[in-house]
Amino acid sequence: MNVINETIRIGLLRSKLEMKQFLRQRESLVFTLFFPVILLFIFGSVFQDTIAPGVTFSQYFVAGMVASGLVNTGFQQLAITIPMERDDGTLKRLRGTPMSVSSYFIGKSLLVTFLMIIQTALLLFFGTALFGLNLPTDIASWWTFAWLIILGSACSTVLGIAFSVVPKTGRGASAVVSPIVIILQFFSGVFFVFTSLPTWMQQFAALFPLKWLTQGMRSVFLPDDFASQEVAGNWEIGRTALVLSIWLIVGVILAIKTFKWSRE
Amino acid sequence: MSNAPAIEVRGLVKNYGSKSAVAGIDLRVENGEIFALLGPNGAGKTTTVEILEGYRNATAGEVKVLGFDPATKGEAGQRWRNRIGIVLQSTSDAADLSVLETISHFANYYEKPRDVNQVISEVGLEEKIDAKVRELSGGQRRRLDVALGIIGSPELIFLDEPTTGFDPEARRSFWDLIKLLKSEGSTILLTTHYLDEAQALADRVGVINNGKIIEIATPQTLGGRNNAPAKVCWLEDGVTKEILSKDPTAEVAKLSQRFNGQIPELEVLRPNLEEIYLKMIGELK
Repeated sequence: MNVINETIRIGLLRSKLEMKQFLRQRESLVFTLFFPVILLFIFGSVFQDTIAPGVTFSQYFVAGMVASGLVNTGFQQLAITIPMERDDGTLKRLRGTPMSVSSYFIGKSLLVTFLMIIQTALLLFFGTALFGLNLPTDIASWWTFAWLIILGSACSTVLGIAFSVVPKTGRGASAVVSPIVIILQFFSGVFFVFTSLPTWMQQFAALFPLKWLTQGMRSVFLPDDFASQEVAGNWEIGRTALVLSIWLIVGVILAIKTFKWSRE
Repeated sequence: MSNAPAIEVRGLVKNYGSKSAVAGIDLRVENGEIFALLGPNGAGKTTTVEILEGYRNATAGEVKVLGFDPATKGEAGQRWRNRIGIVLQSTSDAADLSVLETISHFANYYEKPRDVNQVISEVGLEEKIDAKVRELSGGQRRRLDVALGIIGSPELIFLDEPTTGFDPEARRSFWDLIKLLKSEGSTILLTTHYLDEAQALADRVGVINNGKIIEIATPQTLGGRNNAPAKVCWLEDGVTKEILSKDPTAEVAKLSQRFNGQIPELEVLRPNLEEIYLKMIGELK
């Protein structure tokens, strides 16, 4: 019990330190937190059409951006910064102290949670203020929103830790990770209406969590009758929960099995 | 406990594929001593030290650090890390934190941390206490590394090439810091490229080459230095003369008689540690 308390205590201290470091890096602050908002401005201003009765493209886009925000703050951010920490000696130094690896992961997860909350709040604020986003009014939608956020960011976090072994160097990490995220965003119906994509693209996207997250977020932010316009003709909520849970389990196993303290 | 050695290594081997980086090392470092490991790049120094620090696993051999196998994982390994301090080579982490924030944070990891402000003043960073780590000079950065290495009151400190890139003055004051840590009872394992550093600090030195320890001795006796012939030089008839002698005192006495007192520009030179060392590793190449 004592050891668990200690691990959590150090994990909380690490999360404080991680947030402090994050907020002091202007590039990452702008790139990770404000980039989705900037995209919202661009896409919201360019595409002002209505894609279905009562549904503007901006609304469709905000749902997709909230979903891909989870991928940005978790997967992308961790898969880029962990290789950098492997290169600059952060991980090696921590490895030589009594700090446990669990504390390190707690720190990272809380950082992701913190970033995710800020980013989602920014998107919802600017979406409603400037692009006519309607927030859900029923409890069921907010409940879906809550579990999607929790399951989605958990998934995104563990997959980011797992993927952090792939980039060979910290400097090259962004070049490896960012294209994957951008391609998934295109394929998963963030920048385009999903049903307008070629079938092979839709099927490929359905293998990964982002497609399910965007579809889930549409169920939260778009009118119920829009469901008939989805590929399956409904929101596929149960299947979304299943796919995300499978990815979460796969991610946890990969993260534990493959995590590397050093490059050697 | 106090009679057990701080480090005990028997038959240590580390292979990478078919290449062996460490080819059978025996080593014993006593409690409270400063032991310097010398050797050219690629000799197996860093590999050996990183096995002792728990960063790498040995291929074969027995390793005990503070009576404990460094390869042990989990909770027991964490507890052991409470008792050691590692000063790493060339890192650039924590760039956006201040000196105080970094050291205070690391103090939280340990069961018996030292006083943060005392450590900062010991390593001479009082004036930089609120400076961001990225703003520190190379020497100040190394001082921070040392502060992070000693914040947990370690019984054993690993110092990997601690003064590389220092100016002579910074090196001197760094040596004083190491001596202070020794006087406080810490055991120190030091690797270095600088022979004068080993001579100034170490109780014993071990020379490692091609993955093997060639010799372990005090800096004064390494390579038979204490018995090696000394060079006696003096000025006579406008030219510098020199002889090599196993008994320089007798030579000086003879000269003194011949010159009837003052010997012009007399010098007696024992081979320095660097010459002995270069000979040792040169012979084996």
